[in-house]
Amino acid sequence: MASSSSSPIKDAKVLMVGAGGIGCELLKTLALSGFSDIHIIDMDTIEVSNLNRQFLFRQSHVGQSKAKVARDAVLKFRPHINITSYHANVKGPDFNVDFFKQFNVVLNGLDNLDARRHVNRLCLAADVPLVESGTTGFLGQVTVHVKGRTECYECQPKPAPKTYPVCTITSTPSKFVHCIVWAKDLLFSKLFGDKNQDNDLNVRSSDAASSSKNVDDIFEHSKDEDITQYGRKIFDHVFGYNIELALSNEETWKNRNRPKPIYSKDVLSDELAKQNGNLDNDNASGDGLSVSAMASLGMKNPQDIWSLKENSRILLEALRLFFTKREKEIGNLSFDKDDQLAVEFVTAAANIRAASFGIPLHSLFEAKGIAGNIVHAVATTNAVIAGLIVIEAIKVLKNDIKSYRMTYCLEHPSRNMLLMPVEPFEPNKSCYVCSESPILLEINTNRSKLKDVVEKIIKAKLGMSLPLIMNASNLLYEAGDIEDDMVAIYNANLEKVLAELPSPVTGGTMLTVEDFQQELKCNINIKHREEFDEEKEPDGMVLSGWTQPVSAAENEDKSVSNGANTSDNNDEIGIVSPLKKRKLPDDSDKSNTTDDARHNKQLQVIDDEDDLVMLDGDLDGFKKRRVS
Amino acid sequence: MDGEELTAQETALYDRQIRVWGADAQRRLSKAHVLVYGMKGTIAEFCKNIVLAGVGSLTLIDDRMVTEEVLSSNFLIPPDENVYSGKTIAQLCCNSLKDFNPMVRVSVEKGDLSSFDVEFFSKFDVVVVSCCSLSAKKLANAKCRKASKRVAFYAVDCRDSSGEIFVDLQDYKYSKKKMEETIECHLNYPSFEDALSVPWRALHRRMSKLYFAMRVIEKFEDIEGRSAGEVSNADLSNVLKLKRELCTSQSLNESHVPDTLLERLVTDTTEFPPVCAVIGGILGQEVIKAISGKGDPLKNFFYFDASDGKGVIEDISDSNAGK
Ligand SMILES: [Zn+2]
Repeated sequence: MASSSSSPIKDAKVLMVGAGGIGCELLKTLALSGFSDIHIIDMDTIEVSNLNRQFLFRQSHVGQSKAKVARDAVLKFRPHINITSYHANVKGPDFNVDFFKQFNVVLNGLDNLDARRHVNRLCLAADVPLVESGTTGFLGQVTVHVKGRTECYECQPKPAPKTYPVCTITSTPSKFVHCIVWAKDLLFSKLFGDKNQDNDLNVRSSDAASSSKNVDDIFEHSKDEDITQYGRKIFDHVFGYNIELALSNEETWKNRNRPKPIYSKDVLSDELAKQNGNLDNDNASGDGLSVSAMASLGMKNPQDIWSLKENSRILLEALRLFFTKREKEIGNLSFDKDDQLAVEFVTAAANIRAASFGIPLHSLFEAKGIAGNIVHAVATTNAVIAGLIVIEAIKVLKNDIKSYRMTYCLEHPSRNMLLMPVEPFEPNKSCYVCSESPILLEINTNRSKLKDVVEKIIKAKLGMSLPLIMNASNLLYEAGDIEDDMVAIYNANLEKVLAELPSPVTGGTMLTVEDFQQELKCNINIKHREEFDEEKEPDGMVLSGWTQPVSAAENEDKSVSNGANTSDNNDEIGIVSPLKKRKLPDDSDKSNTTDDARHNKQLQVIDDEDDLVMLDGDLDGFKKRRVS
Repeated sequence: MDGEELTAQETALYDRQIRVWGADAQRRLSKAHVLVYGMKGTIAEFCKNIVLAGVGSLTLIDDRMVTEEVLSSNFLIPPDENVYSGKTIAQLCCNSLKDFNPMVRVSVEKGDLSSFDVEFFSKFDVVVVSCCSLSAKKLANAKCRKASKRVAFYAVDCRDSSGEIFVDLQDYKYSKKKMEETIECHLNYPSFEDALSVPWRALHRRMSKLYFAMRVIEKFEDIEGRSAGEVSNADLSNVLKLKRELCTSQSLNESHVPDTLLERLVTDTTEFPPVCAVIGGILGQEVIKAISGKGDPLKNFFYFDASDGKGVIEDISDSNAGK
């Protein structure tokens, strides 16, 4: 297996997507293993919190392109190989099917579902094998996807971002994360974000009879209003008055602990509040992101859990600092985990709410992790996973199909194994991405608009970014670079209900949807249905025959997510608990008996000698280690 | 803990890993002293991992000069003769590692493993040795065990596309969380010598074949007075002969030590970089566990073979024999 003599490696042209935690390790191991033509794409720049594991980067590189710095670093110990770097988004138009076709294998070290799906589609379209990977904490996995031979990345359901019912967030929080979501998505947005955006802050917690106009006024800050007074008014309104209001609804509290209202005068003596307001000796000046309530109150350790009083002081001080030091940004702010003052405000607000509901308080460090969806990451797992990716990549280049494995890196050994190889699965015949199987959409064609289908189904669920929609040979909609007069027609179509389109879409119609960039085409059979359950089917449509995300919501009604799986997650995510997930009864399989056989086969562990053993699925190491 | 807090700089740098193992573990790491002996590719990977993780200090020993083979799997050495000539491998690796994390003290010691005494090993919390003979491993392990405080001992060997880790944490107590409770755990590790003296027939029948193969080659090198890894295809017939002898004396069926496996390990002794990454990663993780006292450490051998992709833990100790 000596690298120097094996020409399939030397001659190979490989594409790496992602130069983060896995990417740095992967690029190094590829170079050491004798790969000599490596292309690497990453749109990100280097941050301080990357340096503990993305070992190709130094303090002096902060702010620079990951792909480029990684390339330069590896060329230092392997100067004679070719590495081409792209500081760009892999979803960009330059990286089309022709671009992908030039590679022998594509290796993913990505951090978000969206990009992974995109690369999967391009690899299928270009018929290039894909080695996919992901880590969280001590867990990791490597999988191989070869068109027609193994399942594609989208053949199996993927965990969806966790969402929470609105009423849990607005009225009945029971976990700290509910308080964080409330503080971040409701209170923070209400005070500092876009005023025109819908916000449930008062809708649920106040009496339906009270005019929302009046309530909104409470959050308005008039120019001559003393900022300390304003802060206390907000405090009393959201932590005191709103809770009292909620308490008046006896029904809610029959089987729940009653929250206790908190008023600023009970927590902060008048004297303290004054001091709070007069603290103008803060070191912070011009630079917005360096303003800190902790600094101006002399608090240093982000690991400390603040008392209710300390949280209250931080909240009021953060509010004051926003209105005095960062006034211009108010109205345009959205929560950012790297914005210290925003994190302080959200931590304090979440903790005060937690205190009110009898939920344990958390440190700023922990709150930041939850609010920012920060993924646990360690260097060692990334190094192991990168090694496994290269091992699979070499098999792919040697066309050693029988040896392909999906490998799981476990935290707790299972059957004595820390690294567990499993034979890859066959393609899922009902996968709309890699097979041509049509999907079924139940919808009220007399009520739903084309816009709803584009936004809620084609973009959100099928993951297409630039779709084109045809009804037989009639073009209904096309996104992307098109003529002005067509734009007007398509925009008009978007606003029409399906049955009233120029070529009407009714029960029995088959729509063809295509994304040229992803070279993905699929057919959607339309089935008309009059009524939908508002609670369970809030979109007013039901899509079946596609791979539904697994960990979806406790879907009682409209739900709020904590913003997971967006591309601003700066690290490695996407551990799918494969062994566990495959034990789940899968709704989409009900009608398909052949799938039972497939499910049985799936859980076989590779073993060269003894009987094949079924995993008992009891691998607690596989639970996704999100914030606890 | 001792109440010393992490600095703001440490909290920012180690943010993501503190989220995995906690601030407490991070503080313990930053006070730990680690010694490595023999800087091949796997150890280079390991050093990178623990320097990034933020151990207190790392001491390197490898007095050899750079060769083509050393360069092939060690990314810590710049392949420029003007840079590496006249310097030892340890010195070169030290310069690169310092750069990875300015908060870790990386330094170099000189000498042969057998020349260091108990007092020297006592200065460290963790000792990792590689590229050394059977007797050198036994001796170093024994000295670590004589130290006044517990010194965790690890021995690593990578050949072709396979690797082995041996772990001796002596008498090791740690706590772990199970559901809401914290439970105290206690593991008793045998020394390298004691582990090797467990009769082969007493081991469970699914024992990793690599365990036996590694013992055969190690024994061969020892008898012939070779240094670790100093075997070639020319030795194969003698290695196979030794295997038969050992299997006979240990009453083990020869099929547990396939000739093809021995041939592979003897023919290509150079390390395979992806395996270095895997073994160096697992070793890093284990050392972090042992220092922080968090998580179940592996007991007491680990095997990875790229040809089947399995990473297997084997417990080879008296207490476990016959199970
Ligand atoms: Zn598929």
